Amino acid sequence: MSSTTNTSTQHTSTIGAIGTPSRRNTELALLAFAVVIPVFAYVNVGLALNDQVPAGLAAYGIGLGVMATIGHLVVRKFAPYADPLMLPLATLLNGLGLVAIWRLDQSERLQLSKTYVEASPRQLLYSAMGVALFIVVLIFLKDHRVLQRYTYISMAASLVLLMLPLVPGLGLDVFGAKIWISIAGFTIQPGEFAKIVIAVFFAGYLMVKRDALALASRRFMGLYLPRGRDLGPILVVWAMSILILVFETDLGTSLLFFGMFVIMLYVATERTSWIVFGLLMSAVGAVGVASFEIHVQQRVQAWLDPMGEWELSKTVLGHSAQSMEALWAFGSGGTLGTGLGQGNSDLIGFAANSDFILATFGEELGLAGVMAILLLYGLIVERGIRTALAARDPFGKLLAVGLSGAFGLQVFVVAGGVMGLIPLTGMTLPFVAYGGSSVIANWALIGILLRISDTARRPAPSPAPNPDAEMTQVVRP
Amino acid sequence: MNKPLRRIAIFCGLLVLALLIRDNWIQYVQADSLKTDSKNRRVAIERYGTPRGDIIVDGKAITGSAATKGTDYKYKRTWKNGEMWAPVTGYSSQIIGASQLESLEDGILTGNDDRLFFRNTLDMVTGKKKEGGSVVTTLNAAAQKAAFEGLGDKKGAVAAIDPQTGAILALASTPSYDPSTFAGISSKDSKTFQKLDKDSDKPMLNRALRETYPPGSTFKVVTAAAALENDAVTDIDAKTDSPDPYQLPDTKTNLTNEHGVCKNATIRYALEQSCNTVFAKLSNTVGNEKMREQSEKFGFNESELDIPVRAAESVYPEDNRPQNAMAGIGQASNRATPLQMAMVASAVANDGELMKPYMVDQLRASNLDVIESHDSEPLSQAVSPETAQKLQEMMETVVKTGTGTNAQIDGVTVGGKTGTAQHGVDNKEKPYAWFISYAKLSDGSSPVAVAVVVEDGSANRGDISGGGLAAPIAKSVMQAVINSKK
Repeated sequence: MSSTTNTSTQHTSTIGAIGTPSRRNTELALLAFAVVIPVFAYVNVGLALNDQVPAGLAAYGIGLGVMATIGHLVVRKFAPYADPLMLPLATLLNGLGLVAIWRLDQSERLQLSKTYVEASPRQLLYSAMGVALFIVVLIFLKDHRVLQRYTYISMAASLVLLMLPLVPGLGLDVFGAKIWISIAGFTIQPGEFAKIVIAVFFAGYLMVKRDALALASRRFMGLYLPRGRDLGPILVVWAMSILILVFETDLGTSLLFFGMFVIMLYVATERTSWIVFGLLMSAVGAVGVASFEIHVQQRVQAWLDPMGEWELSKTVLGHSAQSMEALWAFGSGGTLGTGLGQGNSDLIGFAANSDFILATFGEELGLAGVMAILLLYGLIVERGIRTALAARDPFGKLLAVGLSGAFGLQVFVVAGGVMGLIPLTGMTLPFVAYGGSSVIANWALIGILLRISDTARRPAPSPAPNPDAEMTQVVRP
Repeated sequence: MNKPLRRIAIFCGLLVLALLIRDNWIQYVQADSLKTDSKNRRVAIERYGTPRGDIIVDGKAITGSAATKGTDYKYKRTWKNGEMWAPVTGYSSQIIGASQLESLEDGILTGNDDRLFFRNTLDMVTGKKKEGGSVVTTLNAAAQKAAFEGLGDKKGAVAAIDPQTGAILALASTPSYDPSTFAGISSKDSKTFQKLDKDSDKPMLNRALRETYPPGSTFKVVTAAAALENDAVTDIDAKTDSPDPYQLPDTKTNLTNEHGVCKNATIRYALEQSCNTVFAKLSNTVGNEKMREQSEKFGFNESELDIPVRAAESVYPEDNRPQNAMAGIGQASNRATPLQMAMVASAVANDGELMKPYMVDQLRASNLDVIESHDSEPLSQAVSPETAQKLQEMMETVVKTGTGTNAQIDGVTVGGKTGTAQHGVDNKEKPYAWFISYAKLSDGSSPVAVAVVVEDGSANRGDISGGGLAAPIAKSVMQAVINSKK
């Protein structure tokens, strides 16, 4: 523990050095690219589909530009030392997502479907709401440590959010997964918001309990085994994840929460044993639930044999052709893709513009485009962890790593599922996929990370004239 | 807390790396097999998404593409006079799939062929839409028309070849079908196909290429060739030692003749009057092995004759002596496609050299650049030029004064051979009328060899003869080719 204190002291001194550049101009320059690239993509789709520049180009370009500009100005005013990469990255992904959703809106095949709605105007509205929430977070959350006060309220709130889809009359069952609620015609995925709230709770809780969890343990076979009573919290979170899996049949959310908790626990305690426990418990939980939950079994089956599932879907109800269709979309894209607007990823049908949107990028932008997008996500995650490293307070560190870790896990779970690396789970690709809750919650997540990084990189205030200053001089070696 | 943070950073990096590796796996390593998976609907969308390239005859397209209202398949195949051309093109149906040339040259017709890759990439850069290339066939529209109209309501087939190159000039089969009627994807298209497929008259069978018939008396040309090549006969005008009736070897069965005075007839007279006894005995004299060898030189017993559509295998099997004697007059277990018998006539006309038959002359890109061009190549030297000369003399006598007078053309030397092939149990079924022939111009060159078979079910048994039913069709096909050369 003493060594940790030492290193953090050193970090404090380097990061707090006077004259840290704010990097706001870097952010502005990157933002210009983040707006121009999607605008070009938008023109590209229009030309490919209708041989003309899309009519909504001005509105789209200006809309995205205004959102980015306002976001930037707010950051410049309220979080001048924040990380310069995250806002441009989020803007770029959001912009590309809008283009892909608009492109799928133009698909004649999807227009024939009964569930078709024109998604891009809604998504533009959600994006605006997301940026608005991002701004609210930056303006009103002057210091992330304020959140620490709401540790237990957060716990209650997250439980309520997670349970909402199970409330009769409010929850929706969409193809077996019960993760949506319906209010006044809008469907909301409370899990997306719960992700942030629960990170606040974990961070606050672990900050207080970390010493107890880390130190009071017995050593056994090279591992520090925690005391029985300290196992309580991890067991509670584990049980909650299992309950989500069983009652909401949502593999993704369950995995996400448990993974996030294990990551934060490991960071808080520096005990590898927690990871071992975490992995064991998730394995037990997943296998246990899969043994009786048909929905999960089907997902695993479709993962192991997508072609068989595709064949079955032609004759038997309840089987999905989507896994195979997504693989075909990726394969047909090849290295460079067909070009925007020229693929047939709409063959995936339902959820082509949400859970499966990566397949559209895969087919139309090819291997090159998908790798670029995955790297953009990787950058966001690593910048988030960089923020955690730079943060000066344990709560900030834990919150930053929790949010970034959850973001990274979510990308892995959804992209891995669509590409057939792991069984498919119903989750949205942050910023890119169609879905209001996801976009709004992730903008808030970026807002919080920016706030933490601003606090971390902000130069220490010049010491107030202190009458006792001379008396407390420290002589350093 | 920073050490675990760094480890988490590495862990997250590994997650991204795993995704990148998986992405490379499906979009690079497996990309081609996923892309060309026949269940991947994109394959069919590609085929019908842009106007399909055309199949060309005499510089004119015999196919086309029509825009449809479908969302997936924007264009469907159309044919100009589909019934006449179906044996050449095959079909290309959104619901059934494709066959023959439409299937074999699909890469060129859709524009997806590897040889078009560079061009397509260039087009992609310049923003030009991908277009299918065209398949230029060797067919002769006038000859095809003459063949198809000559067959008319009768069941049968015609194959015509240019003896000097092997280029196929006509390939007709009746009754035929119009591939346009099931080119789409509607249930009506499906029903039409089912009905055609189950039709007892087999309209979808390409008789010229894919059906084998007993060749009947037309096979006597092959027997004569074997006899001359193996010195069983040296002078075509010398008397042979042939009894009438002829008792088949190892049996008590007597073989007789339909007409003519065949006892000890010369081989020229025997061919002219189609003497069964003479040729059965000659086949027996030459023997099964030599007969098979000679047949194989003409193209029999070849299971992979691709023109490029694969023709059915014409056979001359190993057999016992009586069967072999009967095979010498085309009435045993030897069978031939109309294409095969046209090849026999063409080899005789081309001084014994058999050219490999082919029907695709060129593959062209959409901008008319030639992607592939066919060079004619010899398949075998079927008989020596001297033997070919003698066979020509004999076949010309058949048309001049024998059973094939119906094929005479003014100012053109025509050589031919009629055939009336018995078949069915105890030969009770109505026989097939055959005629094979070639035309020779005054300069000695031979522009066309043709084989006609009419499996007529309507005429009286007595009326069915190669000379009566099949020869006029062969004549009009030859005439059409000669006229189009002028």
